[in-house]
Amino acid sequence: MLLREVEYARPASVQEAVRLLSEHDGARALAGGQTLINVMKARAASPDVLVDLNGLEELKGIDLASDGTVSIGAMVTCSELMGSAEARARPILGEVCAQIADVQVRNRGTVGGNVCSNDPTNHLPPLMVSLGATMHVTGQNGERSVPAEEFFLGVYMTAVGQGELLTQITVPPGKSDGFASVAIGKDGTCIVNAAASVNGGVRVAIGCVDAVPVLLRTDSPEEDAVRAAVQGADLDPPSDVHASADYRRHLAEVVAVRAVAQARGKS
Amino acid sequence: MDVKVTVNGETYERDVEPRKLLIHFLRDDLDLTGSHIGCDTGNCGACSVIMDGVLLKSCMMLAVQADGSTIETVEGLAQNGELNQLQQAFSDHHGLQCGYCTPGMLMSATALLRDNPRPSEAEIRRGIQGNICRCTGYVNIVEAIKAASE
Repeated sequence: MLLREVEYARPASVQEAVRLLSEHDGARALAGGQTLINVMKARAASPDVLVDLNGLEELKGIDLASDGTVSIGAMVTCSELMGSAEARARPILGEVCAQIADVQVRNRGTVGGNVCSNDPTNHLPPLMVSLGATMHVTGQNGERSVPAEEFFLGVYMTAVGQGELLTQITVPPGKSDGFASVAIGKDGTCIVNAAASVNGGVRVAIGCVDAVPVLLRTDSPEEDAVRAAVQGADLDPPSDVHASADYRRHLAEVVAVRAVAQARGKS
Repeated sequence: MDVKVTVNGETYERDVEPRKLLIHFLRDDLDLTGSHIGCDTGNCGACSVIMDGVLLKSCMMLAVQADGSTIETVEGLAQNGELNQLQQAFSDHHGLQCGYCTPGMLMSATALLRDNPRPSEAEIRRGIQGNICRCTGYVNIVEAIKAASE
């Protein structure tokens, strides 16, 4: 497919990338391109300038701090996270990345791209919310940190504004995490997904049922408590050819219970 | 923009529009038409190539992003007119029918076997998960990859 004409820039630093993004209203950051190139083919997005982040080594690190905090550069690919010894400190990170699409897409697709595209069916937005991750955003006026639960603002919208860039995600220490989904085919697009973290209290983030992941907290990880929390959230999911709203509401309970059970199994 | 790439050991330098996808650059500019365009949506994997050791779908990146890289395509597998072990295994096990997906299957299998020279059947199936075949039902493709690994 021939794309609409577009300018292409390959910045040498995050600072230069941020400058390019803020100089042009029609500029978009190009991460792995596994979503953006496709939406450009469909003309669903037609940026004037692509700011390619692939050369920025400063966005590619995975670090493990002595307290167990895992820091993930925004341009780390799903495959890199799966293979990272540091990221094994929070095993769910690699486990969920392994369920995204296929080898080729995981090899190019990035953690930052997955969260910043914030397609409601993506895997990593609910995961980051359940883990209580912190998103680090850089703009021309410096850096700010946004808790994951405040990062996702709407369908395809996040707290990263025009002229800003997600640079890093930090994930606090913990081990008792789970993820469950019902997808269209193995590792396909999710119909409903849920990520759970049982480290202290119980945090469950449900995806695909609203514009942004729905975070539920319960004191108890017992099945009844999880079901009650999902029922109490009054979910109003969309209906489409793959699942009616009622079916998605039903699945939300099912995957939430499965994700919490998986998380408890690891404690 | 000026793009310089090494494909199957040969270096090419071309002036490329930023909007051109890598698959079109390979097929139209370099006349390497072995890599196919099946779906052009990133689903089918017929355009799979290996860039700097990484398997990817060449319809999902721009040609200008490949500047400075080393690319392997299906044309590079045979040496001196002889099929390599993997290609011969696809032939021996009838691992294709129409053949349209074969270039991508071969590149995914090449990447898989480099990473994991003795894959189980489940690992083979997972390794070609990004490649769609509408003819074979995959059974003979899996057999061929298994045979090439032995």
